[in-house]
Amino acid sequence: MSLYVRRRIVNAVGLALSIFATAFGLFWLGWLLWTLVAQGLPWIDLSVFSQPTPPPGDVGGLSNAIIGSLLLTGSGIVIGAPIGVLAATYLSEFGRKTHLASVVRFVNDILLSAPSIVIGVFIYELIVLRTGHFSGWAGGMALALIVIPIVVRTTEDMLCLVPVSLREAAAALGAPRWRVIFAVVYRASRAGILTGMLLAVARISGETAPLLFTALNNQFWSLDMGGALANLPVVIFQFAMSPYEDWQHLAWAGALLITAGILALNIIARVLGRARK
Amino acid sequence: MAYDGSSARGRIDLRPLGSYKREQTVEDARARQSWTAGVEQGAGQAAKGSAVTCIEVRDLSFFYGRYQALQAINLELQARRVTAFIGPSGCGKSTLLRTFNRIYELYPGQYATGEILIDGSNILDKRQDLNLLRARVGMVFQKPTPFPMSIYDNIAFGVKLYQRLSRYDMDERVEWALRKAALWDEVKDKLKQSGTLLSGGQQQRLCLARAVAVKPEILLLDEPASALDPISTLKIEELIEELKGEYTIIIVTHNMQQAARVSDYTAFMYLGKLVEFADTDTIFTRPREKETEDYITGRYG
Amino acid sequence: MEQVASIPATAAERILQRRLRRGHLADRLFAYTTMLFAGVVLFLVLAISVALLVGAWPAIRQFGFGFLTSAEWNPVTDNYGAVVPLVGTLVTSAIAMIIAVPVSFGIAVFITELAPRWLRRPIGTAVELLAAIPSIIYGMWGLFVFAPLFAEYLQPWVIEHIGRLPLIGALFSGPPLGIGVFTAGIILAVMVIPFVTAVMRDVFELVPAVLKESAYGLGATTWEVLRHVVLPYTKVGVAGGIMLGLGRALGETMAVTFVIGNAHQFNSSLFMPGNTISSTLANEFTEATGELYTAALIELGLVLFFITFLVLALAKLLLLRLTAREGERT
Repeated sequence: MSLYVRRRIVNAVGLALSIFATAFGLFWLGWLLWTLVAQGLPWIDLSVFSQPTPPPGDVGGLSNAIIGSLLLTGSGIVIGAPIGVLAATYLSEFGRKTHLASVVRFVNDILLSAPSIVIGVFIYELIVLRTGHFSGWAGGMALALIVIPIVVRTTEDMLCLVPVSLREAAAALGAPRWRVIFAVVYRASRAGILTGMLLAVARISGETAPLLFTALNNQFWSLDMGGALANLPVVIFQFAMSPYEDWQHLAWAGALLITAGILALNIIARVLGRARK
Repeated sequence: MAYDGSSARGRIDLRPLGSYKREQTVEDARARQSWTAGVEQGAGQAAKGSAVTCIEVRDLSFFYGRYQALQAINLELQARRVTAFIGPSGCGKSTLLRTFNRIYELYPGQYATGEILIDGSNILDKRQDLNLLRARVGMVFQKPTPFPMSIYDNIAFGVKLYQRLSRYDMDERVEWALRKAALWDEVKDKLKQSGTLLSGGQQQRLCLARAVAVKPEILLLDEPASALDPISTLKIEELIEELKGEYTIIIVTHNMQQAARVSDYTAFMYLGKLVEFADTDTIFTRPREKETEDYITGRYG
Repeated sequence: MEQVASIPATAAERILQRRLRRGHLADRLFAYTTMLFAGVVLFLVLAISVALLVGAWPAIRQFGFGFLTSAEWNPVTDNYGAVVPLVGTLVTSAIAMIIAVPVSFGIAVFITELAPRWLRRPIGTAVELLAAIPSIIYGMWGLFVFAPLFAEYLQPWVIEHIGRLPLIGALFSGPPLGIGVFTAGIILAVMVIPFVTAVMRDVFELVPAVLKESAYGLGATTWEVLRHVVLPYTKVGVAGGIMLGLGRALGETMAVTFVIGNAHQFNSSLFMPGNTISSTLANEFTEATGELYTAALIELGLVLFFITFLVLALAKLLLLRLTAREGERT
């Protein structure tokens, strides 16, 4: 009997701990979000969107950083997503179980787990050092390198979910393979592929480390991808670490904006992914 | 059957693509001409008569990698007749069906030896154009496979591959195919709707219409009704009855009553071998082989 | 062999021929294009390794293996060693894993075994959102919100009580700064939890229901089923998930840079500032002058890349063994 009681107690303690762990995890999320809203919301007004980053003590906003971030994220996904989708197409449609395909899969995972700061160093050496200056293109390339492995992973998973019978049915009509892939396989998995891309966008729009050595920052309004480009993450980093209070306020406003954007992207991606099923 | 069910060790699999590289021969070109002629005139005009051999299988063996799934099959199928392949699961009936349009070529490691003559030309020949072959030999699968596009586009997809039709002609062709599959009246008001929203039975008739729309000479049906309810099954069987005047139909089924109802000839297969082939009445009433009798009386499988 | 051209071709025949030819050409073109882009992935990783190696070469030539054993980091005398940031990286990641693994295990257990069905998805989503928040946000929050509270309420108590103990006391001594190695470890833990949880949840769901049911059938409690059925069955996968989380912790930059204090020094106390490879890079890379300084920083990056590669390879190996075993059983 006492053994039974002890087992019951151990069970209860274990399960209570697991509930506690869950509460612990959710507590951080709640605390983080609450802080962001409390610290960021008071500083968000129209000037945040309409004025560029100010010198300390002046009024200003984040308009140049916002537009720079959009440009960088846009170029990252535009460069990275097609490469990722095509590589994934090779893996799921042509390579399948060959040695080359498994090597590509493994190497893709290396790229996926590579620290983003190392990717920043790589692009710095490859582009910034060669051209002699920081540039939006270098930043876009660095972000593309982060996009590629994510898109390869998610796209291959999605393509593999397309039933074999659908491919056979298209081939049985006499369609060449590329038609089968474009008209049927891509179309059947487009929601999933799009979800992967959205998640990649969400991931890179908060990336800071690879931009420190590539796009760097720019205090002024600029749309020139050929030169240093302001962007939210680096501005947040520099302003938050600064001793000026108004800069820190702008950093919190930027942090709230970027987090809200990323969480919205994540939720859209999730809804999209669920609609597919 | 898994999409990547077999292994191609150490090599990049581009073989199915490589095999498109081919020299065109006279025979090949003639076969193609006869099909284009057929497309232009409407299928079923080319040859008439009661018992014309359409498909001749000679010494056909089939391999999944090292495993041999078919053992030296010899068979002659008649044009414009329905032939049923029956047998317990794993006997190779679907495998045999899949050799007629070489759909197995999608997978590395699967290959066939021997000959399959369609209208006199060997389709297992390396130089046979696979896409063309598949346009001549339509196929409907066990589970409905509507493409993720509108009902109209589902039908038009196959047609557009090899013919350039005017908007008007295409509309006509779509209607014709849907009527053939007895689906027109149910979908004529929602042709722009996605094909995946139809019911299971409707989806399968859509697939049948899609196959018919290309105007093939031969229709391969791989257990076309096994995933359907009894009423839809009945409709499919009626369709087969109607279509057999114009197409050579081969149907794989595990349902013996279905084979007896719809087919003119029946082939009984067991363990990768063709045990018995005769007209359906004979098979079901006076089978020659003990194994056939055991199977049709329900003693195994 | 007679060629096609000798047969008179109809108009339809000509269209057909053209389409077939075009189809085959497009097929091969497309297949080789996809293969090319798969090759791009290989090339990129190769290029990263080579570029890092080339960039680090002056430092490798100068210091050799000594780079990995020297604690020196002096831009004035141009003498560099990796030990301080390397140890900092390993220690912060270790702290992170010590906290994150049990918590992730608890959450995974809750999601797969305990939570009512309607609660599973929201909690799973919430935990995944934790992974979506950019690391710079964690950094800011750690520096401005967590560190001050930690320094005011928790740290003094720990220094007072645990800091006096023999042996481990040294780890928790010094002034309550708020920032430091330990704080970085805590922030990293919060960041890693969602990754480890996701893998654990997935492998727990791999356990065949019959296996669990037979254990329940013997009268086992939920905890015993976890302990004696689920965990043994999935231990390899769980280890793989831990490795994946570790990989993330090792490479994380921004969150750490904010809260670690960035001091190039060894300190026995976890409450003192330190640095990691990635925070050193973030702080010094753009300001580094001189070939050797830059090369030394790049060599740090190379070391980090190599460590994460090893951890990933180990994780893959473990997860592979799980799926192989899964295959045997079915």
